[in-house]
Amino acid sequence: MVRREATGAHYGLSDWLMQRITAVVIAAYLVLLLGVLLFTPGMDLAIWKALFSEQIFKLATFVALVSVFLHAWVGMRDIIMDYIRSTALRLALEAAVIVALLFYSGWAIQILWGQR
Amino acid sequence: MAAPPPSVTPPRPRPVFRNIHVTDLARYRLPLPGIVSILHRISGALLFLFTWLLLWLLQASVTDAAQFRALYGNPLVKLIVFALLWSLLHHLCAGIRYLVMDVSHQAMELKAARQSSAIVMVVSLLLTIIIGVKLW
Repeated sequence: MVRREATGAHYGLSDWLMQRITAVVIAAYLVLLLGVLLFTPGMDLAIWKALFSEQIFKLATFVALVSVFLHAWVGMRDIIMDYIRSTALRLALEAAVIVALLFYSGWAIQILWGQR
Repeated sequence: MAAPPPSVTPPRPRPVFRNIHVTDLARYRLPLPGIVSILHRISGALLFLFTWLLLWLLQASVTDAAQFRALYGNPLVKLIVFALLWSLLHHLCAGIRYLVMDVSHQAMELKAARQSSAIVMVVSLLLTIIIGVKLW
């Protein structure tokens, strides 16, 4: 009989795939960011701020941040599953991670599209 | 009548390895790929635990330059950012290594895996120093 815990791994393929797709998105964004930092002459806070007022850059940043949050979910859940035995504590920690990531997602939208 | 017991030497007690306990960590020597693996996990957890600080810095940097300078000027913040820079670079390099291992059987060979884990350690530390000096 298979034990169906709420905090179990279920089938891992979609998580495995999610981890890799988001990883590639994040790496691509880091390359973009590095390129901008290296090849913008006289890079300072004002230019940085102007860069983050571009709609396309805001969107790219948002996609990268959401990828980070999804990536963090899979990774943190793996860590919790490996080290925490008690289902109750696992569930509490997983819930805390989910709430934190939802909070960060809202915050990311505020940072990118909120009042400057 | 029962057969006489076979005359073999009693087996030597063999070491038994089960899931290691925290108290075993000190005498448990990890090979380099194992060190890269556990550091990948630790660096990922660190990045998650300090996401709030990175978002705070991003917010300050695009809204209020004075607030950003005050925040980033704090030595403790700088130290954490430096640690997170290493975390990010190690996690990135080790992650690229795992992506290569996903698609290459050659990369999974013992020798290649040892070499690539050494490369991950060296490259991520060097990049941390180079970018860290620039950020300071």
